[in-house]
Amino acid sequence: MSSLIDFKSISKIYEIGKIKVPALIEVDVNIEDGEYVAIMGPSGSGKSTMMNIVGCLDAPSDGVYKLSGERVDGMTDNQLADIRNRRIGFIFQTFNLLPRADAFHNVELPLIYAGLPRIKRREMAKEALERVGLADRIKHRPNELSGGQRQRVAVARALVNNPNLLLADEPTGNLDSKTSYEMMELFGNLHSEGNTIVIVTHEEDIAAYSHRVIRLFDGKISSDVRQEPRNGSNGKFAGKPEE
Amino acid sequence: MGYAIHNISEGFWIAFRALFANKTRALLTTLGISIGVITVTLMMMIIQGLNTSVASQLEVMGSGTVYIERHPWIIMDDWWRYRNRPRVTKEQFEEIKRFSKLAEYVGAYTYTGRPIAFRNRTRDRVGIIGVTPATADAMSWMPEYGRYITDSDMITTRKICVIGADVKEQIFEPYDPMGRNLRVGPYNFKVVGILEKKGSTFGQSNDNYVMIPFSTLTHNFGHRRDVTIAVKAKDPSQMNDLIDELTWLMRRARNLAPNEDNDFSINDSAMLTDFYKRITAGIYAAGVIIGGISLLVGGIGIMNIMLVSVTERTWEIGMRKAVGARTTSILWQFLVESMIITMIGGIVGILVAMIGGKLLGQFLPTSLPLWLGLSAMAFSAVVGLIFGLFPAVRASRLDPIVALRQE
Repeated sequence: MSSLIDFKSISKIYEIGKIKVPALIEVDVNIEDGEYVAIMGPSGSGKSTMMNIVGCLDAPSDGVYKLSGERVDGMTDNQLADIRNRRIGFIFQTFNLLPRADAFHNVELPLIYAGLPRIKRREMAKEALERVGLADRIKHRPNELSGGQRQRVAVARALVNNPNLLLADEPTGNLDSKTSYEMMELFGNLHSEGNTIVIVTHEEDIAAYSHRVIRLFDGKISSDVRQEPRNGSNGKFAGKPEE
Repeated sequence: MGYAIHNISEGFWIAFRALFANKTRALLTTLGISIGVITVTLMMMIIQGLNTSVASQLEVMGSGTVYIERHPWIIMDDWWRYRNRPRVTKEQFEEIKRFSKLAEYVGAYTYTGRPIAFRNRTRDRVGIIGVTPATADAMSWMPEYGRYITDSDMITTRKICVIGADVKEQIFEPYDPMGRNLRVGPYNFKVVGILEKKGSTFGQSNDNYVMIPFSTLTHNFGHRRDVTIAVKAKDPSQMNDLIDELTWLMRRARNLAPNEDNDFSINDSAMLTDFYKRITAGIYAAGVIIGGISLLVGGIGIMNIMLVSVTERTWEIGMRKAVGARTTSILWQFLVESMIITMIGGIVGILVAMIGGKLLGQFLPTSLPLWLGLSAMAFSAVVGLIFGLFPAVRASRLDPIVALRQE
């Protein structure tokens, strides 16, 4: 398997005034194509920073990050924007949907920035909404949708450009437990369709759906464990993972 | 290039959605721009209207015709310097008529006011103009019916008259004036012709006149009068040469020494055009300044609201960048948004100016040519571009992480 995400001693140091705050310290990590990974850790452990670097939203202070074997450092802003557009799909805790736009327009956004014509966009956005089970909600606005449905729209937006990598930052953080499980089921399905998924979460039972759990503590990887997923893509119930 | 067009066209729809989401705010913001556009457009409409009407009214005075008179039509310096000028006389007219080589027609006229009457209808004071036979051609002011004053009328100081259209309508209706007697002062004048209708200049009718032979006027109403000599050029392109020739002839006729200034004026419609242009230049400048200030204020309003909008939608910008928007896409989105606001302001401004122009049209001539409407639109767009630039640049440079952190 080729390495999709390749971190070589990645460090990120934030400078707040004169104080230097290290968020990540020489992190080495490899994530292969088709993996389903949960990144866990207490707040301040650097998991969001790691997510941002993986998503090409932020650049590391030191180290080399290769995405699909390509070095990301030294790329122009436009190149990074195109990578985010075509190769990565983001799912946010707060959904980040345009409130006044219907599901269709929210989903078609990445396609607009990909420069696709209207007809093609309509087709692809419809398809993505069908994949998340919202074919009948195309014309609905976020305020006409439930929390779970909103997050599904956000997932459809992340999926619409057929990226190699889905990045989800606390995707169930704003959902009740029942909807959370439904969401995790959707992620499991997407994974079994061949998508690479990286989830940042602090909830153990959400991480339990993944096949691999990377734990961060104070900017370093404290553990990196492969596990049998609970009720995941292979349909088996794995039970609560050990602490 | 293709990407830029895509950016602009998609930016248009994105901006349209954003504005539609904030209808009230967008409309209020356009108000400043609207006021600016209304001011400038209305000002321009009035000037345009004046231009057309003045051009057509100056036409009445005849192009290629100059008028030798005691005073200039427009006195810009000290009026008292013209006070003691001697009259222009009939003898000077005869001399010009005899010696001018560049003149095609040389006519003279003099003016008095007298009451006129027909049967029981009277007018208190009507302009009585004593004219020579060539005056009609020199001023391009012909009779429509009947005939004009002839040399034999002049020699015999005959009491005949050619009347203006107003006199026909107000004194003679419903009778045909031809051959009837019009009472001018204490005398009866037989109507032999009716002048073509000239309309009004600056609100004053050109048709409320009675023309009689020059000699009859001086004989019956007094001869110590100012005479105006109307001269039509053979070649309208040689006006300056004609004026030089007339100046020289007049100086000779008046025995002016070389060191003496001209004590007469040679007036032509170009003088009025110049004067008019000088006045409108002032109105123009005032309009541009007032309009410019309101556009500036409106533009600052736009900038302000766009900055608020950028701050409010920071998370949106972050999200857009996360899903692949380039810096230029965000830049265009906000630029197009501010341009749409100002262009809506422009459209509203033009519409209001059109209505205002209709209302003003009852007192002032106005006109709205296509180029004026289009340039008002273009100008509004440019205001949007200029004042939208700073907020748009700020939006496009936002760091997506910082932007996403904002809820």
